[in-house]
Amino acid sequence: MPTFVYMTRCDGCGQCVDICPSDIMHIDDVVRRAYNIEPNMCWECYSCVKACPHNAIDVRGYADFAPLGHSVRVRRDEEKGVIAWRIIFRNGEKDMNLLAPITTKPWGQEIPQLADQSEPSQEMRDSQLLFNEPKYIRLDDGDLHTLESNGLKMKDGVYY
Amino acid sequence: MAYQTIIEDGIDILVAGAGLGGTGAAFEARYWGKNKKIVIAEKANIDRSGAVAQGLYAINCYMGTRFGENNPEDHVRYARIDLMGMVREDLLFDMARHVDSTVHQFEEWGLPLMRNPKTGAYQREGRWQIMIHGESYKPIVAEAAKKSADKVFNRICVTHLLMDEGKANRVAGAVGFNVRTGNYHVFKSKAVIVAAGGASNIYKPRSVGEGAGRVWYAPWSSGSAYGLLIGAGAKMTQMENRIVLARFKDGYGPVGAYFLHLKTYTQNCNGEEYESNWWPQLQEMVGKEYLDPEASHRTHRPIPTCLRNHALINEVNAGRGPIHMVTMEAFQDPHLEEIGWHNFLGMTVGQAVLWAATDVDPKNENPELTTSEPYVMGSHATGCGAWCSGPEDISPPEYFWGYNRMTTVEGLFGAGDAAGGTPHAFSSGSFTEGRLAAKAACKYIDDGKAEGIRVSDEQINRRREEIYKPMEHYRVYRNEITAGSVNPNYINPRQGLDRLQKLMDEYCGGVTVSYMTNEKLLNIGLKKMKILEEDLEKIAAENIHELLRAWELKHRHLTSEAVMQHTLFRKETRWPGYYYRGDAMKVDDENWHVLTVSRRDPETGEYTMEKAPCYHLVEA
Repeated sequence: MPTFVYMTRCDGCGQCVDICPSDIMHIDDVVRRAYNIEPNMCWECYSCVKACPHNAIDVRGYADFAPLGHSVRVRRDEEKGVIAWRIIFRNGEKDMNLLAPITTKPWGQEIPQLADQSEPSQEMRDSQLLFNEPKYIRLDDGDLHTLESNGLKMKDGVYY
Repeated sequence: MAYQTIIEDGIDILVAGAGLGGTGAAFEARYWGKNKKIVIAEKANIDRSGAVAQGLYAINCYMGTRFGENNPEDHVRYARIDLMGMVREDLLFDMARHVDSTVHQFEEWGLPLMRNPKTGAYQREGRWQIMIHGESYKPIVAEAAKKSADKVFNRICVTHLLMDEGKANRVAGAVGFNVRTGNYHVFKSKAVIVAAGGASNIYKPRSVGEGAGRVWYAPWSSGSAYGLLIGAGAKMTQMENRIVLARFKDGYGPVGAYFLHLKTYTQNCNGEEYESNWWPQLQEMVGKEYLDPEASHRTHRPIPTCLRNHALINEVNAGRGPIHMVTMEAFQDPHLEEIGWHNFLGMTVGQAVLWAATDVDPKNENPELTTSEPYVMGSHATGCGAWCSGPEDISPPEYFWGYNRMTTVEGLFGAGDAAGGTPHAFSSGSFTEGRLAAKAACKYIDDGKAEGIRVSDEQINRRREEIYKPMEHYRVYRNEITAGSVNPNYINPRQGLDRLQKLMDEYCGGVTVSYMTNEKLLNIGLKKMKILEEDLEKIAAENIHELLRAWELKHRHLTSEAVMQHTLFRKETRWPGYYYRGDAMKVDDENWHVLTVSRRDPETGEYTMEKAPCYHLVEA
């Protein structure tokens, strides 16, 4: 059942319920812990696995084509800005550790608050430019491309 | 029922659905609308919602003009040939001339873009793709949206758009319900940007059980982009242009990095190259203008995605399957091997799970490929979506009605999967389209076009009743039976979805019929679709979660009906390998070098179809 939850690790905090894009991680009324209510709507996206503070959620490949006995585990660390994966094959012959960055900047701090930017002029509003343009298009003094600047026109008919 | 009605009034810009398109819209709207009220309504949690929820390992749309790589018109020509000529080149050019500014901002925000150590430019995977460590792509862009939005309503399933009762064909907001509390939410807004998703799960999947979740495109992409717009009477375009993907078998793991960066290639079960065997026959179907392998070999001009599918499908049907991806050469290089695995972990973890489960080590064996069931969306190698206005400085009169990315309903804008005729936007292009729509929506409001909007309590109450009807239906009829799911008065959402998938598969060119359909099949399919629509009035939801599934199904149904209508209208086989009209097996440029445009009358459900001219960018 794509994701599943270990009984002894889950404390029913609901982080997985909060993040699941498919709305399929719910808290069981009886045991008060999370479980996957609709495995055939699970994408194995690992959003809940990454969000779980107790590493209580794991994935068992789809029953209609994935044999038992494999493992793909993950730890994601926003502070350190990295994600660490471990893949173990069913036959045990392959056991890989893979590490990747998830961000190059302190979390969220480099994103501008657009309400604090200076008011765009009427000329800007009437132009085709977006925020930070034209500078950010090429990071030089060039302007936005237009049909004229690029020697083009739009023509009705069959062209290839 | 005791659910509350919660009204959010005085909104200027409502963003319905906040994946890459919606986050782009919310972010940019703040710049042009400093004092405007910007609100997001999202079905899940914007930190992990939309098709990029689990991340991406590449940004597939980046010009690189800064590094002297491509100009916008190069991308237009690429998308044009890939889609067999059928694109909105004004919208494509517009997206392409802005997309780099989006990507440069992503890098500044902390998204790890790989660099080519020799040139210092971004690491290219292919001509248009750059490689990233994008596990946190979605949380990063969500931060940007949160900084700009006044309010983010997570877990709101938007079911309908509200329409102005003062002026016909003008939007006035949206309604939906909270999938946690069950409360009814009303958003009164001057402009609405629909940036919801395309549709997975409308065709019967190859998988037979749990694996139905391992669809290529996210299972939560419920066609709401189309369900909302069609329901409001917006014109749609190119809805016949569904996409079929050649991917790793069962896990549907991506092949882009494998083909382009790892230089892996395909062969049949006998270890032979097979594609070129199919080109002569295929060239007779589509013409040399669309398939010219020699020219493709000489230049950057690609062989269209659909045509490569065609070769794969036919090779398998000729008895020379399975098709293998030859990985054993590339994977001997430890660096490339690591990239091969990272590629999955960054965007399709399920494929890594599958290979671990089946002991497939691509270093020692060549994995199998297959073609998927069809999907309906507008930002990959396909361009389904709303008929939108283009920008003033590019669009010819037939493509321009005042505001960039505005649909044919006033004040209603589309971005990402919702905007039609703009394939190959991918993540960065969808975000860019959201930005374009947001600027235009601010202008629409500043021009005074949203004055005097009137929404009656009658409309609000009517929608409320409609939304909860599946739960009411369940309550009324549940106790007529002892237990179980078989009831003569209703079907549940899963049963309805199964019926829709079977119907689309068998009558509209799904995988079990090798993507084949014809006029007779489509006419039968449309009749069955109408009857399904009647039964969807009797759908039953046991709880709020099932109510979510019920409304997703209704959106998928509206999407599917549009796909069938468009497929029936276009009497040719424009994209062999995506689908075939058995009664018109050739590309017919004389009659069908046009864009198809439809409108479903919201009152009667009747469809009107028309042809719109196809404009191309040519040298001045």
